[in-house]
Amino acid sequence: MDRPIRVLVAKPGLDGHDRGAKVIARALRDAGMEVIYTGLRQTPEQIVNAAIQEDVDCISMSILSGAHNTLLPKVAELLKAEKVEDILVIGGGVIPDEDIPFLKEKGIAEIFTPGTPTTVTIDYIKENLKRDK
Amino acid sequence: MFEKDKLDKIKENFNAFDSKTVEGLQKRPERKEVFETGSGAVVNRLYTPVDIEDFDYETDLGLPGSFPYTRGVQPNMYRGRFWTMRMYAGFATAEESNKRYKFLIEQGSMGLSVAFDLPTQIGYDSDHALSEGEVGKVGVAIDSLADMEILFDGIPLDKVSTSMTINAPASVLLAMYIAVGEKQGVSADKLRGTIQNDILKEYIARGTYIFPTEASMRLITNIFEYCSKEVPLWNTISISGYHIREAGSTAAQEVGFTLSDGIAYVDAAIKAGLDVDTFAPRLSFFFNAHNDILEEVAKYRAARRLWARIMKERFGAKKAKSMALKFHTQTGGSTLTAQQPENNIVRVAIQTLAAVLGGTQSLHTNSKDEALALPTEDSVRVALRTQQIVAHESGAADTVDPLAGSYYIEAKTKAIEEEAMEYIKKIDEIGGAPRAIDNGYIQQEIMDAAYNYQKDIESGKRVIVGMNKFQIEEEAPKGLLRVDPSVGELQKAKIQALKGKRDNALVTEKLEALRAACQTEVNLMPLILDAVRAYGTLGEICGVMREVFGEYQQSVQL
Repeated sequence: MDRPIRVLVAKPGLDGHDRGAKVIARALRDAGMEVIYTGLRQTPEQIVNAAIQEDVDCISMSILSGAHNTLLPKVAELLKAEKVEDILVIGGGVIPDEDIPFLKEKGIAEIFTPGTPTTVTIDYIKENLKRDK
Repeated sequence: MFEKDKLDKIKENFNAFDSKTVEGLQKRPERKEVFETGSGAVVNRLYTPVDIEDFDYETDLGLPGSFPYTRGVQPNMYRGRFWTMRMYAGFATAEESNKRYKFLIEQGSMGLSVAFDLPTQIGYDSDHALSEGEVGKVGVAIDSLADMEILFDGIPLDKVSTSMTINAPASVLLAMYIAVGEKQGVSADKLRGTIQNDILKEYIARGTYIFPTEASMRLITNIFEYCSKEVPLWNTISISGYHIREAGSTAAQEVGFTLSDGIAYVDAAIKAGLDVDTFAPRLSFFFNAHNDILEEVAKYRAARRLWARIMKERFGAKKAKSMALKFHTQTGGSTLTAQQPENNIVRVAIQTLAAVLGGTQSLHTNSKDEALALPTEDSVRVALRTQQIVAHESGAADTVDPLAGSYYIEAKTKAIEEEAMEYIKKIDEIGGAPRAIDNGYIQQEIMDAAYNYQKDIESGKRVIVGMNKFQIEEEAPKGLLRVDPSVGELQKAKIQALKGKRDNALVTEKLEALRAACQTEVNLMPLILDAVRAYGTLGEICGVMREVFGEYQQSVQL
C-alpha cells in the first residue's frame, strides 16, 4: 500500500495550549503524512469518532493541563470498545515521567515529553504503525 | 541629536572600521554568518550614533512619567517602591490555595495572583461532564461564592491587591470578589486588583473562550462602565501579549498584536458611548520576558511609546493616565526546559532583569520545575527570591531606565515600534483585530514564527542549553507537586451541599432576570452580582449566558 500515513492530531480536554499540537501537525505534514487537526476541547468520544471516520493510522494527542491520566486512557478504552485495534495511539505534553508507565499500561504506545525533536516522533510513528504500509 | 559634521565623521570612521573588520574575518571568521535575536531579527556587529541618526530625545524619549512614557510610567520608578512581586498561584481546592496565598504573603509576596482551573475558566461547574479530570489541575476550582469566601479567608481585601487570570467569565469572578468584599465589610471602591478579561487573545492563543465575539465585547465594555463607577481602583483588563508570545510569536508581533487588541477594546468602549478618559486609565497590559534581555528591554520601551502615541493621536485621549502603558510581566514559560531543570533558575534571573530594566509594574517569576508540573513551595520560593535579589542586590532598580541612550537599545526600540506599527496597519486594513482573528491571519503569523523557531532548534541553529547541546544523562525528577485526584469528588459534594441549603427559588429568580437582561442592552454586571450573592453557581450563570449568546466557534488552521 502506498497511501500516505494518516494522523489525527487531537487536543483532549479543556486545555487551550495548542502550540505543540500545531507544531507537531505541521512537522508530520512536512514529513509527507496526511494530518487532520481536531482543534481544541475534544472529548475522548469525539476523538475516537473522528479517528474512525477519517480512517487514520495514528492518533497523536497533546495535553498540558494535567488531566492526562483521565483522558488519554479513555481514548484507548473507547477504541477497544469499538473493536479498533489497528490505530497507533501516542501522546505528548507536560506529563511527568512517573505517569508514563501507567499510560502505557492503559494502551498509549508512547509519550513524548517537552524537548523531544519532532523527528523522533515522526520516526516513531513510521516504525510503529499497526497497519501494513 | 547629533551634529551633522560629527555624524559624517563617525560614519567615515565606522565604514573604515567595518571594512577592516570584515577583511579580518577571512582569517578568523565569526561564530555565525548572521547573528539574530531571540525573535530572529538580525543583530549588527556594532551600533553607533549612525543607527539612530534621526533620534530626538524630547520626542522619542522625554522624561519618565511623561509622554511618550518610553522611559517609564513614573518619574522615579523603583526608587519609590519596587515593582509588585506577584506570584501566580492556585491549585486544587479553595482551602489548599488559601494556604499557598498565606505562605506567599509570609514570604514577602506583595500581591496575590489567582490561577483558576480550566472548568472555572470556561464557565463549567466541577460536576459538569467536560470537567472530568480537569478539576483543580491548573488552578483552583471555584464553583460559587462559597468557594471564593474560603479562597480569601483571613486575607483582608482592603489590604491586598489581587490579580485574577480570568477571561470569558471575568464578570462573574469579579462579582464574586466584590461579594466577598461585602461580607468582609470592604466596599467595592476600596478593592484593588486586576482581571485579565482579555477575550481576543483567548481566541488567538490561549483557548479559554466561551461566547462569540460580539457578546464577549459587550461583557467587557459592561465591566469597563460598571467599574468606572463602582470599583474605581480596579484594573478592568490586562491586555495580554504573554500568551501570544508563548504561542510562538516574535517580540515585535507580541507588541503589534497586543496593541491591536487594545485598539479593538478602546474602539468597542467608545462605540458603547463611553468617554475614552473614563476607562483608559484602568487599562493595563501583560507582557512576556524571554531570554534575549536587550531585545526584551527594547520591546517594553517600544510598547509604551507606541501606545502613548496611539492613545493621544488616534483616540484623542487627554488624561496622562490614559496614555501611560502600565504592565505586568511573567517570565517565559516556553523558555523553560524539562532537561536539567536547575538551569531554569538562571533563565528566570535573566528574564527578571529584562523586565526590571524594561520598567515593569509587577512581575511573576516562573519556577524551575514548571516544564514538568505545577511548582512546589520550595521552587516557588527560589523564584520569588530571584526577584528579591534583583531588587535588593543588583542595583538595576536604583536609577530609572538605565539602558536608555545605548545605541543598540534605542535602535532596537525604534525597530520594534516600527515593525509592530506595520502589523497594526495590516490588521486595520483587514478591519480590526476581531476580524483578523476570525480570518486566521494573526494565528497564522504566530504559527509560522513558532514553526521556524522549532526548526531552528532541531537544526541546531538555535542552542538551548541542556536540551539540544550540553545534554547529560538524567534521572526522572522527584518530588513534583501532584494535585490530589479526589479534588473533583470533593467539589462535586460541595456543589450538592450548596444546592441543598441555598434559597433555590431566589437563585432561579436572579438567573431569569439575568437571562432577560442578556436580551436587552443593559449593563449585565448588577444582575450577575445579584445571582452571585444568591449563591448561583458559575456554571449556572454562564449557562444562562451560553443559552442566550451561543458559543464561539474556533477557526481551525495549521
